Amino acid sequence: MMAVAALPPKRLPQKQTAWKSYSDWANEHRKWLFAAPAMIFVAVLIAFPLGWTLYLSLTDASGSVRAESEFIGFENYADVLTDTERFWPAVARTFVFTAVALTVQLVLGMAIALLLWRPFKGEKWVRVAILLPLVATPVAVGMMWRLIFDPNIGFANQLLGFVGIGPQPWLSGQYSALPTVIFIDIWQWTPMVVIILLAGLTSLSDEPDEAARIDGASAWQRFRFVTVPLLMPTIIVAILLRSIDALKTFDLLYATKGRGGGSFHEVETLNVYAYGLSFDYNDYGVSSTVLIIFFIIIVAVMFLLTRRRKEVQK
Amino acid sequence: MSLAEPKLIRPGSDRAALSGAPARRRKPFRTRAYKVFRAVALIVVVAAFIAPLVWMFLASLKTNVDIYDASKTLVFTPTTANYETVLGRNNYLSFVFNSFWVAFASTVLSLIIGIPAAYSMSRFAMRRSALVVLMARIIPGVSLLVPWYYVFSNLSMVGGYSVLILSHMFVALPLIVYILMSYYDSMPLELEEAARVDGLTHIGAFLKVTLPLSVGGIATASILAFIFSWNNFMFALVLSGADTKTLPVAIFNFVAYASIDWGGLMAASVVVTIPIMVIALFTQKYIVSGLTAGATKG
Repeated sequence: MMAVAALPPKRLPQKQTAWKSYSDWANEHRKWLFAAPAMIFVAVLIAFPLGWTLYLSLTDASGSVRAESEFIGFENYADVLTDTERFWPAVARTFVFTAVALTVQLVLGMAIALLLWRPFKGEKWVRVAILLPLVATPVAVGMMWRLIFDPNIGFANQLLGFVGIGPQPWLSGQYSALPTVIFIDIWQWTPMVVIILLAGLTSLSDEPDEAARIDGASAWQRFRFVTVPLLMPTIIVAILLRSIDALKTFDLLYATKGRGGGSFHEVETLNVYAYGLSFDYNDYGVSSTVLIIFFIIIVAVMFLLTRRRKEVQK
Repeated sequence: MSLAEPKLIRPGSDRAALSGAPARRRKPFRTRAYKVFRAVALIVVVAAFIAPLVWMFLASLKTNVDIYDASKTLVFTPTTANYETVLGRNNYLSFVFNSFWVAFASTVLSLIIGIPAAYSMSRFAMRRSALVVLMARIIPGVSLLVPWYYVFSNLSMVGGYSVLILSHMFVALPLIVYILMSYYDSMPLELEEAARVDGLTHIGAFLKVTLPLSVGGIATASILAFIFSWNNFMFALVLSGADTKTLPVAIFNFVAYASIDWGGLMAASVVVTIPIMVIALFTQKYIVSGLTAGATKG
């Protein structure tokens, strides 16, 4: 690198020198030259908004984004953190949604991945089928399930009718809405877990399993004490990716239940709550406060998960 | 090391692992009972994932009267009326165009700044810098939307394509950087070094050797970036105008008013889903490798 940079000025004709020195400079600094545009793009689109959100959370901004607002210190935080009507239930729903969806997705995903692990006829078509929910547009998925779960004309209740069970309110019920949206999330995102775990399974070496087999371990023992521990890094990746998205779920909830997560806020998670405060009610000060708290929660969860991931790797 | 020991392989053990082929087991499972169990289980799984989509498609071919009629669940006279109304009304085709244009432009622009970034971050192991880009994936989009809305509306950009493309780049870029980083991580340096010996500059070697060799990874990244941008709802919900609405927003607006035209709604949902499904059918390998990029390295 040094030699290349040092040689050219002597050898080349005058007119090429300018271009050559640019090119040398670019090659010398390519590390940052290459990385900078993407980093600057993301940083600019993040840094300023986060700072502004932090500032807004300390004001009583509301009404219009351009309206005058007053600095009120931590009043919003006091209000939000003592709000047991909307805020804390939203926090609870966010965690219930994420925890339940994630758990079921992991169990189901692992079961399906094990089914697909060894080669069989028609493998390709099964994979395609599993990929379809994953790529389907979430809003369309929400609409599709709205029709299926419609209390009067939905297929879900027709199906229950066949087996003699009365119609259920599904999405429209105050207590059944959250389980129903969790079900939809499971339908759409289990394939993601399957694909990740299958990739992990496929890259596992055969030997430990063989050794355990020779030692007389049963299928369950081999799965529990050989496959799962070896697969742990991949499982953590799946948990990491899925929890980032599950905590932030918006499309599905807003598409199925609309503003405020339904009339009883039955599916109002932090994300839906914050969105509603910002764009349905224009309550920017409070919404910024919720967002800052939400942000802290997400970063904390990610931090804990990545630390766990590093422990597993050791 | 393993190259020196080929003779030690026991008969029947997996030679594929040594020949560099994927370590996947090629030994089929033995028992008949398991085969039957697996076939049944797979049918159930496939049905569970496919049936709702089939249901959506069937409903889009029914009149609203037939949708309300439980006896016409599977047997009915298909009609294209829903598609005619949907596509004929509200410039629906222009929403299709908006979605395509925004997804396409944001993918291409993200590739332009994302490919070099991924290359550099992989080559020079810039893990902390990569984390900056990953933040875009972690931060909830809502927390950025109010400030964005404020700034972009002051710049009179809200309602235009540029702001939508920028916001969708925010979705596409981290995907592209992460997929390509893991792609470049696994690419051998030797070819590039050979090009350097032949007199190319570092950047020249990247452009003429590395870039053409990474077409597969770039394809994977572009397909996924396009899909995620196409499916994105929240950014467009806030930042698009009446003329620049993308398909998910247009579908959402369908139900904002009194009674739902289910047939039309399902036809609209099919219209937004079909392009993505077709892409998925033909590129499933790329999608899978993109979604699992980096997952197995731990």
